[in-house]
Amino acid sequence: MKFLGIIVVVITGALLVYTTGDFPSWSDPASPASTHVSPHYIEKGMHETAAPNIVTAVLADYRGFDTLFETTVVFCAGVVCFFLLRIPGRSPFTECQYRHKATGITVRVKHDRKMSGSFGEFERIDTLWTPHDLIIQTACRILIPFIQLFALYVIAHGHHSPGGGFQGGVILGASIILLAISHDLRTALDRLGEKAHAILCSVGVLLYAGTGALCMVLGLNFLDYGALARILHVDPVMARSHGILVVEVGVGLAVMAALIWIYSNVSSRGNYDEGL
Amino acid sequence: MLWQLDLVILTLVVATAIGAVAIKDLLGSAILFGAYSFMMCLLWAIMGAVDVAFTEASVGAGASTVFFVAAVFRTTRRTKD
Repeated sequence: MKFLGIIVVVITGALLVYTTGDFPSWSDPASPASTHVSPHYIEKGMHETAAPNIVTAVLADYRGFDTLFETTVVFCAGVVCFFLLRIPGRSPFTECQYRHKATGITVRVKHDRKMSGSFGEFERIDTLWTPHDLIIQTACRILIPFIQLFALYVIAHGHHSPGGGFQGGVILGASIILLAISHDLRTALDRLGEKAHAILCSVGVLLYAGTGALCMVLGLNFLDYGALARILHVDPVMARSHGILVVEVGVGLAVMAALIWIYSNVSSRGNYDEGL
Repeated sequence: MLWQLDLVILTLVVATAIGAVAIKDLLGSAILFGAYSFMMCLLWAIMGAVDVAFTEASVGAGASTVFFVAAVFRTTRRTKD
């Protein structure tokens, strides 16, 4: 069976390599893509959308439908992880461990007389994996605000530099995951709870689709941001630029929430108690 | 761009890709996959696709490695086959 698999892989790979010969060579000015659509984006993109970064203009404006459904795919991934993995109800652990903060002594408490949350001088720790590293925790705590600030910059500055909703959202989500890794999952969930994951994820997709629907209500096509000019009191070109920003914020919210949602479910086996 | 640099990165892409599939240790496989993503990110940056490189760096090398490590941590570290 394994041998058969190798043969299939080799044949498919050889066919793929063979067909790449028919592609136009890299950065060929005579290729169909370079003669047909790209010149329009390069020459008129700036005048039509007021976004100097052509990639952002194409991603969020000219090809807005693609990005809308990419965001929906991310949302679906989060929802599917939730439905497959989430176990409602009590924690399956029969005993919990608590650490005395000043001395580092660990105590075990049976589940039926569980202390609630962090208990004065005691803090709840994970049973399987309990790092107690002051350097990592402090370094991460200092680093996280700057990571989040950078993520906001990436989202807001997507018109002018590489970046946008997806990248900024991933960085925002990664900052919360860093908090969960350096401390524990419960610390991260205290900051951004389970309900917030679900709500933010849906709100992001809704913001995107809602902007498109609003354009339709105002009399133009779905996701044609020029229609927003009437509400924003700017000319249609600037309205398209602002529309891109709104949509990018929606993508960022959805991606950030989906990332944390998936991580919390996967790392805690769905019980949201003891995570990585 | 320097063709030597291209060659080194392409070799590393192929090496990490084969390593990630062949290795028995799943944690090592996840880390090799992160290295693969980072090499792909460098390749995109060399080709001038900075936005794609940025996405690859944040999603491929960052987020998906964390997901793999979390999944390995909650399942098993050795493959059965």
